[in-house]
Amino acid sequence: MNEMTTIARTTTLKDWETDQEVRWCPGCGDYAILKAVQRTLPEIGAVPESTVFISGIGCSSRFPYYVESYGFHTIHGRAPAFATGLKLANPELDVWIVTGDGDGLSIGGNHTMHLIRRNLDCQIMLFNNEIYGLTKGQYSPTSRVGTNSPSTPFGSVDRPAQPCAFALGAGARFVARGFDVSKELPNVLKAAHAHKGAAFIEIFQNCIVYNKDVFQDFAAPKGAEDRQLWLQNGEPMLFAKGAKGIALDQEALTLKVVDVVDGDWQAAGVIVHDVTNRSVAHMLVEMRFGEFPMALGVLYDDPRPTFEADVWRQNRAAAEGKKADLQSLLKKGQTWTVSEGGPDL
Amino acid sequence: MATVVEDRAEDRQSPLSDAVVVRFAGDSGDGMQLTGGQFTLSTALAGNDLATFPDFPAEIRAPQGTLFGVSAFQINFGSSEITTAGDAPDVLVAMNPAALKTNVGVLKLGGLIIADEGEFNDRNLAKAKYDANPLEDGSLAKWQLLKLNISQATMDAVKPFGLGNKEALRCKNMWTLGLALWMFDRDRQPLIEWLKAKFAKDPNLAEANIAALNAGHAYGETAELAGPLKQHHVAPAPAEPGLYRTLTGAEGIALGLVAGAQLARLPMFFGGYPITPASAILHHLSRLKEYDVTTFQAEDEIAAICSAIGASYAGSLGVTSSSGPGIALKGEAMGLAIMTELPLVIVNSQRGGPSTGLPTKTEQSDLYQAVYGRNGDAPMPVIAARSPGDAFECAIEACRIAVQYMTPVMLLTDGYIANAAEPWKVPDLTAYEAFPVEFLTQVPEGGFKPYGRDEKLARPWVKPGTPDLLHRIGGIEKEIDTGHINYAPENHQAMTDIRKAKIDGVKVPDQIVELGAEGGKLAIVGWGSTYGPIHQAVRRKRAEGKDVSQIHLRHIWPLPANLGELLKSYDKVIVPEMNTGQLKTVLRDQYLVDAKPLNKVSGQPFRIAEIEAAIEEALQ
Repeated sequence: MNEMTTIARTTTLKDWETDQEVRWCPGCGDYAILKAVQRTLPEIGAVPESTVFISGIGCSSRFPYYVESYGFHTIHGRAPAFATGLKLANPELDVWIVTGDGDGLSIGGNHTMHLIRRNLDCQIMLFNNEIYGLTKGQYSPTSRVGTNSPSTPFGSVDRPAQPCAFALGAGARFVARGFDVSKELPNVLKAAHAHKGAAFIEIFQNCIVYNKDVFQDFAAPKGAEDRQLWLQNGEPMLFAKGAKGIALDQEALTLKVVDVVDGDWQAAGVIVHDVTNRSVAHMLVEMRFGEFPMALGVLYDDPRPTFEADVWRQNRAAAEGKKADLQSLLKKGQTWTVSEGGPDL
Repeated sequence: MATVVEDRAEDRQSPLSDAVVVRFAGDSGDGMQLTGGQFTLSTALAGNDLATFPDFPAEIRAPQGTLFGVSAFQINFGSSEITTAGDAPDVLVAMNPAALKTNVGVLKLGGLIIADEGEFNDRNLAKAKYDANPLEDGSLAKWQLLKLNISQATMDAVKPFGLGNKEALRCKNMWTLGLALWMFDRDRQPLIEWLKAKFAKDPNLAEANIAALNAGHAYGETAELAGPLKQHHVAPAPAEPGLYRTLTGAEGIALGLVAGAQLARLPMFFGGYPITPASAILHHLSRLKEYDVTTFQAEDEIAAICSAIGASYAGSLGVTSSSGPGIALKGEAMGLAIMTELPLVIVNSQRGGPSTGLPTKTEQSDLYQAVYGRNGDAPMPVIAARSPGDAFECAIEACRIAVQYMTPVMLLTDGYIANAAEPWKVPDLTAYEAFPVEFLTQVPEGGFKPYGRDEKLARPWVKPGTPDLLHRIGGIEKEIDTGHINYAPENHQAMTDIRKAKIDGVKVPDQIVELGAEGGKLAIVGWGSTYGPIHQAVRRKRAEGKDVSQIHLRHIWPLPANLGELLKSYDKVIVPEMNTGQLKTVLRDQYLVDAKPLNKVSGQPFRIAEIEAAIEEALQ
């Protein structure tokens, strides 16, 4: 045992709390997400000194100050770029990115896309509250059409981005959804952490001041079973206490909601969730709430080699058998010697 | 082949002295940069001191034959010390009418024009906006003219290899090079080896190119040419004994960064995004994996610097590089590196601005941007390289300051230095003092303070992964010692003062006088790549007995402690810059000296004569 370099130690929720006063508005959904993360970290065996939370700018981005680990509160939208340098320099670190709909999809959309495309091993928690909170309530790239805000007094005109569709389109190998007060959130986070590669998690978060209860239509506890579809790998896509399910409309090549009679979901053609089925994942992220329930949980999970592993592999291979002798590198190429009295030709 | 040599004896009086300037100009598809590069190498091998100046269009393949598609390469070589690519060329090789038109104006009176008359057809003359063929109408009478049908000669030379027309004509540059090598008594063998290696996969093409090269050389040797085309032997320049190679600025920066990281005992992480003329640094470093170098081509300039800061946070030496427009994009992240006090080296290969400006031309107009160009009070050390060889030294210096003071450092170079080559005496690395970084790995006596400070005011560097030293950093104002968020007025005042004091306190060597004496009638104060022309101008004027001295700054910020007194010891101070007077403004601001500007923003380096004229005027 004394040869072990890292000693696994158990932590509790308390170990992940800092002495800093949490400065979110009372009732903000961020509190629930913070607790869910602090509850998850001990369960996954995370080690505080090997864990790094990196954020951009926005309400959600204050997150690192409240987690007793290493933390870097960076600049607006760029957390993925810092994470990339950090992880390439030290792949051993367990990196969590905390971002929001404005930070991650507006000013930082480009970096989010490339982080996902490259498949850097990290967890990306995108807190989606469909509003700019820290700048006092302007509409965001995920705000619904017609959102009244200080910058759109007559309602917003542009159509919203769909975070999970964006992630999948960027090549994500893990896409999941949860919401702030959901009891399932720690399980979603655990699955994201277990995935080796970029794990994208959209977390619906209630901004109590500027966009209060915007997700109540599906997040409200009352009638939740009719409006939430919690996906489980290998299980049929059932909701409404098993009375309804999601099936493939074979003619339209779209998903559809079907009634399940007497629990016979197979007869109703309900799809069994396969987290590695990319085609179905594309349809799940496009499911419009209202016509469909909100798809939650792990929508897609099919790992591929990570960016940092491939970079390190290539670096090692390229260095293989070569001596790092800078003095001889300086002399490389065509050289000539000048001796006392002029050059030797 | 029709060859007309206008032999005018009056022009031939010592046309070539101890230094010769040759300018190769052609269409951007003619391989002029390659021709120039190889000529440079053969010149260096012949023991001449040299300096080069590539001058190429921003377009990768501008429409053939056009004036804006002309690519040129100038080399100055000789038997005495060379520090500039020369003023007016002695020889101009013009591969088409456009190349002649855009370059002949700078040719020395009585200089030699070698023109490929095969390209002087109606179509190309029209593209170059010539009403009549200048090779025929006597308009080039001020110079010596050698008309050769290089195109035809090349086609003939490579005929046995069965190349297509287009491919065969691509060998024109080798024919021309062969002629140039003969003219200046250069060895062909290194070039033949190089061609064999370059075209290893296509030996036929290698042989065709070698045939063209030999044919050009043979032409010079055997053609019964009177007049200008006689062999010139330029004696080797005296040089300090040692091992030499040619070095471009981009190579100097790349190698210096590797050396700097090694002296700091750190792995290097380089985050870059392609931009002219900075990309060459990324290219060089990306091949050096065995030196513990990781290169990352980011999605944009912002991600490039942010990834480098992320790597510095992890304990690597983070480096990023760009040119003006990209540096502008990195501004916010530089502020974060200042706020979080992490080491970082930012290389700016300056080019003509503002905006996209002149991507392939040189300028020194980012000094304000380097010294002042960030939001808030955001002081940062700034260092400027004067030459390719100096870029190596400056890169090491930038690494040293970055890790010793926990600060980002800006290293200024420019398009001229980046592309230019000079002979470089290979340094002995054991002569450099190492500056190994010591990370904080355990709680020090008195407790851990993430923003505690050493005697240089640097905070400790802690790698994530270190037990017992968990802490959070970020861009919001830090509390003294603890680094917690703190908006209190007195704390911000104190932290701003500390950040300023730390950079003001960066130890910088006292300024020396390059040429001349401390005190006197006139000092010419420069920085960066203007070193060469200033040095030559001051040297010449001093040889004439004029009281003028040269001062050349490496440390732009903080400035050397003795600089104010030094400047005040001269009656007059002139600051030549390739901008509208940026260092001049800083010097006036810092020292209340009456520094006078001498400015040039044409995208071309200063000519020695321009600085000589300014010296003359000031001393009148």
